[in-house]
Amino acid sequence: MKQQELLNIPPFTEGIDRVDGRLKVTGAAKYAAEFEVPGMTYAVFANSTITKGTIKTIDIKAAEKAPGVLAVFTYLNAPKVPGYETGGDPSKPPSGGGPLKLFVDNTVKYNGQPVAMVIADSFERATYAASLVKAEYNKEAHQTDTSKVLDKAATPKGSRFADYKRGTPDDWQSAPVKLETEYVVPIDVHNPMELSAIIAHWTADDKLTVYDKTQGVKSTQNAIAQAFKLPPDNVQVTAKFVGGAFGNALRTWPHEIAAVMAAKQVKRPVKLVLTREMQFYTVGYRPYTWQKINVGATADGKLTSIVHEARAQTSSFEEFTEGTVNMTRFMYACPNVGTIYKITPVDVNTPTWMRGPGEATGAFALESAIDELADKLNMDPIELRIRNHADIDPQNGKPFSTKYLKEAYQMGADKIGWQNRKNKPRSVQENGWLIGYGMGSGVFGAGRGRATVKATMQSDGTLLLQTAVTDIGVGTGTAMTQIASEVFTGIPVSKIKFELGDSSLPPSPTQGGSMITSTVGGAVHDACIALKEKFQQLIGNGGTDKPDYAQVLKDKNLPQLDVTITSSGSSEMRNFSSYSYSVHFVQVKVHPKTGVVRVNKVVSVADSGHIVSPKTARSQVIGGAIGGIGMALMEEGVIDHRFGRYVNADLAGYHVPVHADIPQIEALFVNKPDYKVNPMGAKGMGEIALIGMSAAVANAVYNATGKRIRELPITPDKLLG
Amino acid sequence: MKQFQYVRPANQQSVLAAIAQPGTKIIAGGSNLVDLMKHGVMAPDKLVDINKLPLRNISGISNGLHIGALALNSQVAEDQQVKTKFPLLSQALNAGASAQLRNMATVGGNMMQRTRCPYFYDTAMPCNKRAPGTGCGAKEGFNRMHAIFGFSDKCIAVHPSDMCVALAALDATVLIQGKKGVRKLKFTDFHRLPGVTPELDNNLAKDELITGLEIPNNNFAQHSYYLKVRDRASYAFALISVAAALDIHNGIIKDARLAMGGVAHKPWRLTAAEQLLKGKPATVANFEQAAQVAMQGAKAFKDNAFKLKMAPASITEALTHAAGLA
Repeated sequence: MKQQELLNIPPFTEGIDRVDGRLKVTGAAKYAAEFEVPGMTYAVFANSTITKGTIKTIDIKAAEKAPGVLAVFTYLNAPKVPGYETGGDPSKPPSGGGPLKLFVDNTVKYNGQPVAMVIADSFERATYAASLVKAEYNKEAHQTDTSKVLDKAATPKGSRFADYKRGTPDDWQSAPVKLETEYVVPIDVHNPMELSAIIAHWTADDKLTVYDKTQGVKSTQNAIAQAFKLPPDNVQVTAKFVGGAFGNALRTWPHEIAAVMAAKQVKRPVKLVLTREMQFYTVGYRPYTWQKINVGATADGKLTSIVHEARAQTSSFEEFTEGTVNMTRFMYACPNVGTIYKITPVDVNTPTWMRGPGEATGAFALESAIDELADKLNMDPIELRIRNHADIDPQNGKPFSTKYLKEAYQMGADKIGWQNRKNKPRSVQENGWLIGYGMGSGVFGAGRGRATVKATMQSDGTLLLQTAVTDIGVGTGTAMTQIASEVFTGIPVSKIKFELGDSSLPPSPTQGGSMITSTVGGAVHDACIALKEKFQQLIGNGGTDKPDYAQVLKDKNLPQLDVTITSSGSSEMRNFSSYSYSVHFVQVKVHPKTGVVRVNKVVSVADSGHIVSPKTARSQVIGGAIGGIGMALMEEGVIDHRFGRYVNADLAGYHVPVHADIPQIEALFVNKPDYKVNPMGAKGMGEIALIGMSAAVANAVYNATGKRIRELPITPDKLLG
Repeated sequence: MKQFQYVRPANQQSVLAAIAQPGTKIIAGGSNLVDLMKHGVMAPDKLVDINKLPLRNISGISNGLHIGALALNSQVAEDQQVKTKFPLLSQALNAGASAQLRNMATVGGNMMQRTRCPYFYDTAMPCNKRAPGTGCGAKEGFNRMHAIFGFSDKCIAVHPSDMCVALAALDATVLIQGKKGVRKLKFTDFHRLPGVTPELDNNLAKDELITGLEIPNNNFAQHSYYLKVRDRASYAFALISVAAALDIHNGIIKDARLAMGGVAHKPWRLTAAEQLLKGKPATVANFEQAAQVAMQGAKAFKDNAFKLKMAPASITEALTHAAGLA
């Protein structure tokens, strides 16, 4: 492959329509639970109502006798999952730990943990029978309140989470201007529209087909193959469409293994769809995290030292970690930086990554603190950021592959009308509402992983691209089609087909961490280039650059022509630091008497390289902004710690924004390429669309009211008095 | 959910006969009852669907307006007579639930809806309203949404309706059909305070049917306002809501009606504040004074102390809007 060809993809100015849009709006797109398999049965869990202890007795007689019931599984009768025998013992204190294993013993590790599983011939009958399961428990004292055990937090293993120190960070105490603040991000629960669901269908004694809500068909395939000691190829996993996931389908959860186990035992396909309530107890959440930030600066606004500490919850049986404090190490040019990250186990289910994962939590603290410092210095917060702009990566001294953060500040400031912002809070009032502006920035690593793509030119001139990636709703198929159409100019988009979501296709990573456009897009690009070259060789010298491919195949008497290419990032990337950046600008109004906050306008700017698919990129940014508004103003999973149970485990009690909460959102793109990351010059934007948004809202609320809210969400009660 | 029988009688007489049997429950829109059945909070043996009854009309009567019990929330909210004569009711209805729910829910069903206290909904938690004698989970628990007036040791839940707050302010009357005939009940007497029997939400007997409402004519249409303070802009229950109605002549308040939602086990009519406002100039200072009077006797719990500030601020705000001073 010629290097020149890798670098010649121009900016994508015209966006194509979402390739699966018609399927989605007509309801033809099939999600995991919508597949029908003959002889289907339905699984429903009965769940623990205590938080910690052991099952004393469990009575399943009535459930077994209920109409339509095929089986009721508990720890007493559930068949052993072969892979569970060799795994770590979850009853031992965690040293990393492992996922919960269902129905292996009588211990209860958190409230809502499944203690029985009913299989019946209809969902309704299974639900009813599950309500007849009666368990008695030996209760033990529990702790679900992370804020009460922050002092027990410890540093997790692994270099990524070790205490970080550059220079003498404790100098902040003697700085001319200093800041010492604490922030809290509560439990946030993903709550995608599609509930977690799996259909497990054993087609032979050692073979099964699985329709699963997953962000990675290959990882689910491997997890199930390991649990049941099967060759991976014997497990076929399908996830053609995913109705939003945000991280809660990144890993294989205990309920998925249980469904496969049950299907084997009852010898019929089993469908398991979690209820909304069970989503809270089963498939992870953004962990409660307490943070402390200490900043020292000079009187003219140069940062001299930052110490950022985070303490977050995990479960009693498994360590969950995320990069909460990591962005503080390189976001600003500051000579003395320290970060500390600790986790503390409580009696809950294990947290997991939620969009923007740790960085979204960390950015709330860091970008609020920078705003607080600007306020202290009576300086424009953008000016403060520009004065501390990191021209090279202060963590390792490497140059950035590209960085257009200053341009992004300017674009957003111009669009929102930042000049109308008053530095003094509570200065602007309109129609009885206080008006405020705020901004916050976000950053997330931009890399490129390994993926394999098969590109096939079919006899009718249709280009078929195949890889086992999933599309969790972001528009992967659309972006890949766009990339292929840029390489194969002359082939209309309607003749390019991107096939995904099937574990039997060439391997691709799990969709997460803002990596897919770069990783799979890079492989699509390389496969298309290779296929074009194969055609050129076939045609020989003198052929046109845009041949009639169908005609060439016909002339050469070939049914099709294909290539399978595995590719990943270049080694040159190691010499650079590569990140995507975002800057969010928000105008809010706050009612001075009732404390109600309304977001009037949002401008989000992404510096994420070339924009491959303008239409779906815009949707990504809008979705991230909405998620950020939810995180800032309303989302909180509330547990009654006396019982260890959620008191708002439904969409009436757990608030996500509704249409009426969402104002005009403008998505702007710097749209300058970073060819070091991949040949499209594109970088990820899924995470940065949310990272920094909650701080932007909080900073705007401060600018409007003069009240600094350091514990999310910013509900009206916190702004009264 | 537990299996149940379902009947859909053709006339009122058959409905009354059906609901007289134990284990029965009336269903109209079902927007709350079906949820409660799915959660195992309510488990009737038989549902009596009343949708065949001719109770959907909204019609003028000599001294006001009659609204049938089966009139849909959306139908009432958009009714021209309601919007003209009782805009407060239209505003309150549109502040409640979502468009989809308002298209399904009926006026009678809205009155009969149950509290959204999470302890009431979760059968693994204590709740005296759902299971008398098990205790009140909210009193020492998560009580951000709970009552500041009229609660008891047994129950601190609030009634979730917006519509009912407006109807309490508008002096509505409930028409109730029993075996022995029709009786009329002041709307403000329909719902109960929890006392020692929190399992009872209202004073409707098991064998009675709400057939409709009457709202008397008034002079408040020019100066009324429904304010709902909530955690998001739509589809959220009230932290505090206020129905404010004023009759103002030459800047003087001739008459006033005030009721609050989100503060008690029933729509909370504020008669002392109304009395204070009568004859006074319509000024923000007087509204603030009325709000202080309205708050007498309020008492908060661990998580809802903010309501002691938010409620008077909301009363003042609603009155200010009603008076056209905002």
